[in-house]
Amino acid sequence: MITTIVPRPAVDFPGAERSRPAGLTAEAAFIGRSITHSLRDTEALIMAVVLPTLLMLLFTSVFGGALDPSGDYVDYVVPGIILLCAGFGSSSTALYVSRDMTTGIIDRFRTMPLRASAVLTGHVVASVLRNLVATGVVIGVALLVGFRPTASAWDWLAAVALIALYILAITTLFAAIGLAASSPDAANAYGFILLFLPYLSSAFVPLETLPAWLAWFAEHQPITPVIEAIRSLLMGTPMGDAAWWAVGWCVVVVAVAAVWGTWLFRRRASRR
Amino acid sequence: MTLAIDARGIAKRFRSTEVLRDLDLAVEAGTVFGLLGPNGSGKTTTINILTTLVRPDAGTAVVAGADVRTDPDAVRARISLTGQSAAVDEVLTARENLLMLARLSGLGRREAASRCAELLERFDLADAAGRRVGTYSGGMRRRLDLALSLVVPTPVVFLDEPTTGLDARSRQELWCIIREVADAGATVFLTTQYLEEADRLADRIAVLDGGRIAAEGTPSDLKAQVGGAVVELRGADDALLAELPTDDSVHGLRAAVDALDRHPASAVPGAHVAIRRPSLDDVFLAITADPAETDGASLIGAKG
Repeated sequence: MITTIVPRPAVDFPGAERSRPAGLTAEAAFIGRSITHSLRDTEALIMAVVLPTLLMLLFTSVFGGALDPSGDYVDYVVPGIILLCAGFGSSSTALYVSRDMTTGIIDRFRTMPLRASAVLTGHVVASVLRNLVATGVVIGVALLVGFRPTASAWDWLAAVALIALYILAITTLFAAIGLAASSPDAANAYGFILLFLPYLSSAFVPLETLPAWLAWFAEHQPITPVIEAIRSLLMGTPMGDAAWWAVGWCVVVVAVAAVWGTWLFRRRASRR
Repeated sequence: MTLAIDARGIAKRFRSTEVLRDLDLAVEAGTVFGLLGPNGSGKTTTINILTTLVRPDAGTAVVAGADVRTDPDAVRARISLTGQSAAVDEVLTARENLLMLARLSGLGRREAASRCAELLERFDLADAAGRRVGTYSGGMRRRLDLALSLVVPTPVVFLDEPTTGLDARSRQELWCIIREVADAGATVFLTTQYLEEADRLADRIAVLDGGRIAAEGTPSDLKAQVGGAVVELRGADDALLAELPTDDSVHGLRAAVDALDRHPASAVPGAHVAIRRPSLDDVFLAITADPAETDGASLIGAKG
């Protein structure tokens, strides 16, 4: 076998060379950066705690009595509120990504010998961690207002894994939206549409109570199987094939958003 | 002579707009090269191509010995870019910005910390190092931006309009730093709209107009192209009353002064003459003038 050695061009310029960061050093640096961003975004942090609390109180005390007079509505609504909060929490990813793409900081990374897309990895990983913490807050508040799950330790583990997968899916989608948007403000506006989906699912009312056309949409959109699967794991309602649909939808969304995002990231590079 | 930048026949169009056509650039290693041009003349596109951000449609560019098209990572290892908008992380502090960049440049923890401390000191940011960059003034941001570019002292440094939007004092400070970088042996490629900046910093200047190099040379070469010294007649209030170009000969100067002597305004009390060298502004205007306008002006001149 013949091995061709391509010689690196000789350097006879004064100065030092940048070396390519080893292994996952770049990813680690960007994850650290995004976590710092999350911790310093006071507004978003307050939202992450206040929003679940308010929503929980709103749905259990204000709407709950009318929706389910038995007083057990909290047991029904918790999965929905978890997803709603995860959606809000992930939406800031679109803003962070768009900000990076429009301020010129991305050009600095792109002119260095590293995977510039690691910036996106940083934002996505930080969002998943941030929203898992927010999910913890939701569950904590829920327990305080009378949430009584019947789940075993394994059920809990499976539920948390599914929630993490859902957060990953919606975050990747928000990251791609951040890449597609022309400005951080536009990114915020597009993202808002996604935040509406949980309302049109089985999150707050059973599908049977919806008008036929809406019930059809709610049954076939990705949020419903995720909610039903979490509800089944935590409350022991029938699972059916919800788990498969839930995992399938999330994997498809991650894959589509990743491909779309990669394409957008490359296209933005060549467009200026 | 070693060329740090050798670009030939570069062309780039964005949709229907032809930004660069058949651009040639040669920058000798260890010099400061200034690329001048009006807004929209293609300065930033040129920098984007030379720094591997944008692929040219045609032509070749070799930067620090590596081809931007076939070996972009080798180019990236040897360049740094300070773009037009300050590429700093506003949420992080100056120290965090520098440490992150050091890590991304492959420096070890210890090396990163010492380099960071050194740069904070040198760029007069040590006192503000623990503050979020979002609270910084424009000048401080620019200094940090440049410090980030120098975390690794790469052989070639690109600066895209480094002092645009800064006050006079911050501009002077940045000029000193850029001079130091050049004196340390780096090749500096800068774009600017300020002729004074190019005049002060650059060893050679190229004027970009309509997507290609319209003129190139040392600042004094370019000034010589527009002609010799100019004799001005100014009034008591220093207002310019008349000016005459010369060919720099003694005879030419005397003829100009004689002509001004016959000028009615020269008898007014307080009137005085001054001799000045053509400025880069004269060069710039002469080279980038709209041909239609120039024709119009010469017609009027012929009639008068």
